[in-house]
Amino acid sequence: MKLNKQIPSAAPPNYNVNEKGYYGEFGGAYIPEMLYPNVEELRQNYLKVMAEESFQKEFHQLLKDYVGRPTPLYFAKRLSEKYNTKIYLKREDLCHTGAHKVNNTIGQILMAKRLGKTRIIAETGAGQHGVATATVCALMGLECIVFMGEIDIKRQAPNVARMKMLGAKVVPATSGSKTLKDATNEAIRDWINNPLDTHYIIGSAVGPHPYPDMVARFQSVISEEIKKQLNEKEGRENPDFVIACVGGGSNAAGAFYHYLDKMEVGIIAVEAAGKGIDSGESAATSALGKVGIIHGSKTLLMQTPDGQITEPYSISAGLDYPGVGPMHANLFASGRGEFISITDEEAMDAGMQLCKLEGIIPAIESSHALAIFESRKFKKNDIVVLNLSGRGDKDLDTYIKHFN
Amino acid sequence: MVERSRDLFEEEGFSSRLRSNGYKTIFKMNRINQKLSENKKLLSIYFTAGYPKLGDTVEIIQQLEENGVDMVEIGLPFSDPLADGPIIQASSQVALKNGMTTDLLFQQLKDIRKTVSIPLLLMGYFNPVLQFGVENFCKKCAEVGIDGLILPDLPLAEYEEHYAEIFRKYNLINIFLITPQTSEERIRQIDAASEGFIYMVSSASVTGSSSGFGLEQENYFKRIASLSLKNPQIIGFGINNSETFQQATKHAKGAIIGSAFIKMLSDKGIAGISAFISAIRKV
Ligand SMILES: Cc1ncc(COP(=O)(O)O)c(C=O)c1O
Repeated sequence: MKLNKQIPSAAPPNYNVNEKGYYGEFGGAYIPEMLYPNVEELRQNYLKVMAEESFQKEFHQLLKDYVGRPTPLYFAKRLSEKYNTKIYLKREDLCHTGAHKVNNTIGQILMAKRLGKTRIIAETGAGQHGVATATVCALMGLECIVFMGEIDIKRQAPNVARMKMLGAKVVPATSGSKTLKDATNEAIRDWINNPLDTHYIIGSAVGPHPYPDMVARFQSVISEEIKKQLNEKEGRENPDFVIACVGGGSNAAGAFYHYLDKMEVGIIAVEAAGKGIDSGESAATSALGKVGIIHGSKTLLMQTPDGQITEPYSISAGLDYPGVGPMHANLFASGRGEFISITDEEAMDAGMQLCKLEGIIPAIESSHALAIFESRKFKKNDIVVLNLSGRGDKDLDTYIKHFN
Repeated sequence: MVERSRDLFEEEGFSSRLRSNGYKTIFKMNRINQKLSENKKLLSIYFTAGYPKLGDTVEIIQQLEENGVDMVEIGLPFSDPLADGPIIQASSQVALKNGMTTDLLFQQLKDIRKTVSIPLLLMGYFNPVLQFGVENFCKKCAEVGIDGLILPDLPLAEYEEHYAEIFRKYNLINIFLITPQTSEERIRQIDAASEGFIYMVSSASVTGSSSGFGLEQENYFKRIASLSLKNPQIIGFGINNSETFQQATKHAKGAIIGSAFIKMLSDKGIAGISAFISAIRKV
């Protein structure tokens, strides 16, 4: 475990997005003019549409009946005993399709329909977001095209098969390094080529404004539920700490959302150190990144001194992204969030431990968050909520290979 | 360079034209404005610096000028070129693999103004510029004799708020893009913010599509021409032969060829430049 320290500076009063689409100095919409009409249409409409009563009703109905929300807030007794603190797991792993990703795709498919779009595109790395997008497209009867790096298509065969069963077309991204960032580039290029009928369902709290904010709002159901559930169990809405893993930052944005301005709640973001921060094979953006532009957003990203975006590495495909959403870049730069990076090894051990202690097989992404208890100590009476972003079914191969 | 531009400005009496075009402050005469004032249709060529070979940059530019090209866009390669199709993506990847960097490009261009006098623009994505330092980048551009920049992912609002002053300080013209989907209101904003030409993207697409221009494009070209913008328009994306060049320049001041030129370089190398350009110019 490595703690990536940032000295807290004069904190901005607000950790959420401002009216210009920035979180502190991060965010904005650095997009070519070809995308301007699409992104502008979304920017002008997203809050209005989300505020509509019919939208809220349909969104929450689907979250309840289709996704299976609210997901439980589970007191992990044996895990708590082991680390001598009070640990609650927010069970996003129990969502339909196996991860929090579907909260966002449900929201965005409803948005797309209200904007009159008939064709849906998405990028995917491990395939979780691709599956969640294919799922909602099947649900709504919309055409679905998922861009996926050629290398990831080979690594994640079961999710490719799932997307196809759900009726999506999976298009290999053969450019650049043929992984998630290139799949995202391809999705953006497709959107440039199809500006009228297409909505791009981005899979994390990244991309040009308003995407990070829109995705965070759809995912914010996570912390909305935590508040209510914790109140029922502990008589208080606020935990002492909320912990989440960060790839692009959507599950973390959802888990942190209603606590961003509650300074008594400690925010802990966990990144993938891969084989170690200094190994050259890492995805710990807060430690290794510099301010730059990736996929339309000014944020922290891993790059060469010359500004070329570099390839990250993590055993977990969902954390294998060279940037981090602008909300998280600001949480880091302002000192509001504590950023911890966890190696492959540490994550795999923590994942295996959760299987043995609690009977839950976590996604390797979530295992990164679980691993911090080995060295980040909490007080006995601290209430710590950890967002268990997904289940480990998709990762069985990786777990098996790792422990053989 | 600034000195020489001033001379041009006075000698050739452009000030009245500039003023009549509604310039708030008189922009120091730039090679781009001078070229745009010539009574001809302009051919502009884009190529990726460092491709096919790392050291080809200067020779390609010289060859282009010798063969009558009016303006050159030198592409600064980027790892993630969002607005580009497969041909420019591939050339960028090769250029980076060859070792092209921002520093090296400026070194290569150090003496370019000793041999080349047509307008030169740098075209690239914003992140490498940001890492180099925007002011430092602009300063270097001015030192080597670059006249303008095209940074497709630097949006209008950001440019005006944070960078316009720096660009002006170094006498660099920033070129904005419009597309068939750009609203008239925004086109007028872009026209007001532009000080050279408007880069008109021919169709809703990334670079390198080559299906030719149909009625839809023709109507779009005409529509923009009828807006009487203060900046001339140069059409790019999808121009790959003399026919598309003629179609584009019927309604616009000029046209830009990128992917088709790079494809030619891949096949024939620098030796193919002369035949390529004369084929484009052939009516
Ligand atoms: C289970 C799970 N957790 C976390 C992530 C990381 O994404 P984010 O940071 O957007 O939550 C992913 C991405 O695929 C995932 O599948």
